[in-house]
Amino acid sequence: MGNVGAKEIPELLNAEGRRIDGRKLDELRSITMKVGPLTRADGSAFVEWGENKVMAAVYGPREVHPRHLMQTSKAIIQCRYNMAAFSVDERKRPGQDRRSQEISKVITEAFESVVFTEEFPKTSIDIYIEVLQANAGTRCAGLVAASLALADAGIPMADLVSAVAVGKVAGRIALDLKKEEDNFGEADLPMALVPQSGRLVLIQMEGHLNRDELRQALDLGTKGCREIYDRMREALRAKYDTPTSAVSAGVPA
Amino acid sequence: MGYATWREPFVRVVPFAGRYSPKPHDVIVGIVQDVQKTFWLLDIDASRWAPLHTSGTPWEPGPGELDEFLRVGDAVLVAVENLDATGKIGVTMKGEGLGKLSGGTLAGVSPAKIPRVIGKGGSMIHTITQLTGTQVAVGQNGRIWVDGNPDGILRVRECLRIIETEGQRSGLTERIEGFLRSTGPTDDTGPHPPRPESVDRRGPDRFEDDPSGPDDSPSIPSDESHEGEGPWET
Repeated sequence: MGNVGAKEIPELLNAEGRRIDGRKLDELRSITMKVGPLTRADGSAFVEWGENKVMAAVYGPREVHPRHLMQTSKAIIQCRYNMAAFSVDERKRPGQDRRSQEISKVITEAFESVVFTEEFPKTSIDIYIEVLQANAGTRCAGLVAASLALADAGIPMADLVSAVAVGKVAGRIALDLKKEEDNFGEADLPMALVPQSGRLVLIQMEGHLNRDELRQALDLGTKGCREIYDRMREALRAKYDTPTSAVSAGVPA
Repeated sequence: MGYATWREPFVRVVPFAGRYSPKPHDVIVGIVQDVQKTFWLLDIDASRWAPLHTSGTPWEPGPGELDEFLRVGDAVLVAVENLDATGKIGVTMKGEGLGKLSGGTLAGVSPAKIPRVIGKGGSMIHTITQLTGTQVAVGQNGRIWVDGNPDGILRVRECLRIIETEGQRSGLTERIEGFLRSTGPTDDTGPHPPRPESVDRRGPDRFEDDPSGPDDSPSIPSDESHEGEGPWET
């Protein structure tokens, strides 16, 4: 079969150490975050991260459906990650598949470690993540959007969860892979961090890294997560910082 | 996202947004979601549905007769009676002004904006009802019941929208008053006699001889905590 249908492998890293889109190895793509675009949801956020566009909506705490999932001592978190049919080049067959089930599960577990679920027994907190346009790193973008949406919904949490992917591109560890780097790179490692405590709440890996590379990747990812965390806090403040408003958002000094 | 207060070693955050969190004696608007043998389940926009037992109503339906009084979809004005550790929210319909809401329409704002809707000493809600000739019941859960002429209802809804989006700005009552006076035939003198008693305290069979008439039933302390206003403004 050889290279039937195979695309030419692009040059992922040039002589000056610049990546395919001109970024340095430790540089993030451009990110914009908007909190509260949806009015019907209890909380929502829209994140554009490079060429990713992700919308997240949070409902609840509310009655549990189906009822047998109810837990008497705490709220359950139900997350659904979904990619739109038009989010990728070839039409994606709509609906849940093995990949989106897995991502929904790991994101749910990441949030279970920060949300104060004991405050809302017998209820459900429902998170919906819709990927409208995908370009590698959608689970991280989705997690960041969901995190903002939870905060927007006024749900008590220990901290916001921040996420980023690290990877190995042309033999070097690089932050925040885009599609070509993900497809033709040697490794992809999405991670989510609770910045205040430094706890990792999601870590997955595809490809190969040796021990040193892994350590290097985690350090770089932690740095990236903290950078994103600052942007998330800004985005939340921005919702309440209207020019006419005398009320300033956030924590009083 | 909220305001934080410290008391070492704890931090308490009061969220800016979020669902209604019930407090005892709050007067709220619920919508019947389910009818059981001895109680109704009300959606009150909180994290859980709240059961309304027949003992908390002026009616005495036999088992299975509950839907003769309230059916799924009916709106009721009730008060929060008790909260238990499991998060169950008990509500009652016994108390002044409480009962089934007949006619009218439901609107809503975020529960956090309710103090703005009522205004200082009820000034805001008084202004709105006076100038639109409507009858309004404000639930602490953010649901607001409005009855009156269609034009008045639309203007009340517009007022609520303004409060929701610009609620943090000062001089809100004046701005609302300006809006109402500028739009349309205001009804200070209006041709809209307030509708008599739209709250239907009666079921299909009212027990006229009920010894514990609704008014001397365990009364809900008047809403002192909510800026001294009862739920009613006419």
